Amino acid sequence: MSYLGTVLLVAGKDLRTEIRSREQVVSLFVFALLILVVFNFAFDFTIVDFGSLGPGVLWVAFIFSGVLALNHSFRIEREQDRIEGILVAPIDRSAFYLGKVAATMMFMSAVEAVLVPLAAILFNQPLTTRLGALLLVLLLNTLGFAAVGTLFAAVTTQTRRSEVLLPLLLFPAAVPIALAAVRTTSHVLAGRPFQVYANWVWLSGGYDLVFLAAAVLLFDFALQE
Amino acid sequence: MRGARIPDERIPDDMMRPMWSRVLQITTLLAVPASLYMVFVVAPIEEKMGVIQKIFYFHVPSAFMAFLGVGLCAVMSVLYLVTRQRRWDLVAHAAAELGVVFCTIVLITGPIWARPVWGVWWTGEVRLTSTLVLWLIYVGYLLLRQNAENREQAARWAAITGIVGALDMPIIYKSVEWWRGLHPVVLKMSGGGGLDPVMGRAFAACVVTFTLLFLCLLVERVRLGRLEDEVESLEQQAARRPLTAATDAGGGSSR
Amino acid sequence: MTFAASATPGATPLLTARRLQKRFGASPALDDVDLDLAPGERVLLLGPNGAGKSTLLRTAAGLIRPSAGSLLLFGEDPWRGDRIAIRRRLGLLSHQTFLYDHLTAAENLVFYGRLYGLGTTTAGARRSLDEVGLADRADDPVRTFSRGMQQRAAIARALLHAPDLLLLDEPFSGLDAAGRDTLRRLLRDRFAGARAFLMATHDLESALPLASRVIVLDAGRVTIDRPSAGLDAARLEALIGRHAGAAGAGVAP
Repeated sequence: MSYLGTVLLVAGKDLRTEIRSREQVVSLFVFALLILVVFNFAFDFTIVDFGSLGPGVLWVAFIFSGVLALNHSFRIEREQDRIEGILVAPIDRSAFYLGKVAATMMFMSAVEAVLVPLAAILFNQPLTTRLGALLLVLLLNTLGFAAVGTLFAAVTTQTRRSEVLLPLLLFPAAVPIALAAVRTTSHVLAGRPFQVYANWVWLSGGYDLVFLAAAVLLFDFALQE
Repeated sequence: MRGARIPDERIPDDMMRPMWSRVLQITTLLAVPASLYMVFVVAPIEEKMGVIQKIFYFHVPSAFMAFLGVGLCAVMSVLYLVTRQRRWDLVAHAAAELGVVFCTIVLITGPIWARPVWGVWWTGEVRLTSTLVLWLIYVGYLLLRQNAENREQAARWAAITGIVGALDMPIIYKSVEWWRGLHPVVLKMSGGGGLDPVMGRAFAACVVTFTLLFLCLLVERVRLGRLEDEVESLEQQAARRPLTAATDAGGGSSR
Repeated sequence: MTFAASATPGATPLLTARRLQKRFGASPALDDVDLDLAPGERVLLLGPNGAGKSTLLRTAAGLIRPSAGSLLLFGEDPWRGDRIAIRRRLGLLSHQTFLYDHLTAAENLVFYGRLYGLGTTTAGARRSLDEVGLADRADDPVRTFSRGMQQRAAIARALLHAPDLLLLDEPFSGLDAAGRDTLRRLLRDRFAGARAFLMATHDLESALPLASRVIVLDAGRVTIDRPSAGLDAARLEALIGRHAGAAGAGVAP
């Protein structure tokens, strides 16, 4: 099987499993929605400008549900040692890594696709017409989060305290992506031109490249014994 | 035989303290009071901030040492993953621990400096915030090691984390810098440009001393790590021969 | 005390272990293991729990990296050579099924078939499932299967790519009578020629008739290594009992 074929195969397997079991779909959406609702109570958005706090709220919701997705993604493989079936297969283990990143991205993107319009309704905001830019920003930053998150999740899900260790390691490491995500989302929702936030986009892109490359090289070490 | 030292012949050769290590210790021991003298006696008191400015001589070199720890950890981590030799992991672990220690010093001296000068404990100053994030990453590194099942797993996982952390460091600093807007003039903590030459010399002396201190502590910590490994392998051997171990423990007790 | 194994002379061994050691922490799980496995051998790996059988199998499978010594597969070091080519000829059947509960049996086989580069189609998956007597349940999710049926599906999965060397870790555990017969039949038919298997098991009754050689591990060391000819379960138990503790793991009072 070709490298790309393996990546798609692994991602497809995760997607198909999720469609059948619907195990995490509900929890991801509900959890993210809950965070939005809590913030709706916490801040009075008739006084506070949504543009200044809204993107932060959105990304907190995405990041926390992203952690759930990452944990779930590897818990399936840990159960009954299924991951060993993958590890003895004649594939490049980094292809398995990229497949997992792709799957996590799909789930996070699904949550984002629903939550952004929902936030617009909840907080009475007009939705931006700059959909292309919004899509780019969402994808680029979700990719960075998923890239580092998948690497760490592969390690932490082998421990007993994975629920604590994954956020502990991931959140500081993902600070650049979180800052970039919030800032760029804010600019895009405010309808500002690309030049204003271009450097943040380069930062996200650079982050994605660096950590995808690093993870591809390091992933094998995460799963050996 | 209470109070008896283990005679040097009983210690394996590579555990003995080598000559260069003694020289390092003595040099550090001399450098510390010399630097303190330069900081508190020779260097003038800064006009605007007063005596409290002298924290700068400890705050900034500590930051350098934190970065040194992080960088060294990353290099050693790569070496470990490539060669799988235990000694690289020992240095990586020690470097990370020292990185956390010096990061902590930065995070404590920062607010102590800020409070009298600007009236606030936490200024949200870019470098301090980034250093806090770095501190969190390497505390995570140490916690991850503790949660591994065995030494080899701990070393492997830590190596991954150390490399990711070091790669992330410049990106974190850049992103926090952009987030806060560039260098608010009032929050200039580094005291870089326009430094009095006497202050500059004192500062340089401090950097040298802190580096010596770092190396000293690193050597000791690595030595400690190797002794821990030695104890563990002795425990293994004892576990496999429970009865013969009892008769071997002649040592000094039966004399 | 080890007996020399009689392998087919002149054949390139499928597996070669030399002074193999694996240490997880305090005591070694594998201690100075020397082993040769030639094509056509059908080897049972026996010993008490904690003797290192699983560790040896998983090291052979490439899941565990040796602490010292070497383990070559098909003449190559899996940690330095072309791992992918090696893994293509290797199979692993564990007491865990490696199947995805929410996918159907057919979907699981298609997934693994494609993972192994076989281009398996649904029809091909059905054929494989037919061989283990699961043709009528091919489109049911694996989580609806009984334990015995799941294990049979796992057998189909493990044999899909016709491995030259099959590693089995307690394959009979949890199998019903039909499953045991199926596994015995498949092992007899598929491994009569140049292929080999290495099986760790406690079920001597099912496994001994299939074997050509037995190896006994105790505390990480090989204590017995001899052809299985002339051995029955009782004699083997006695032999194991006589050699217990010969590995040096503690002195009996």
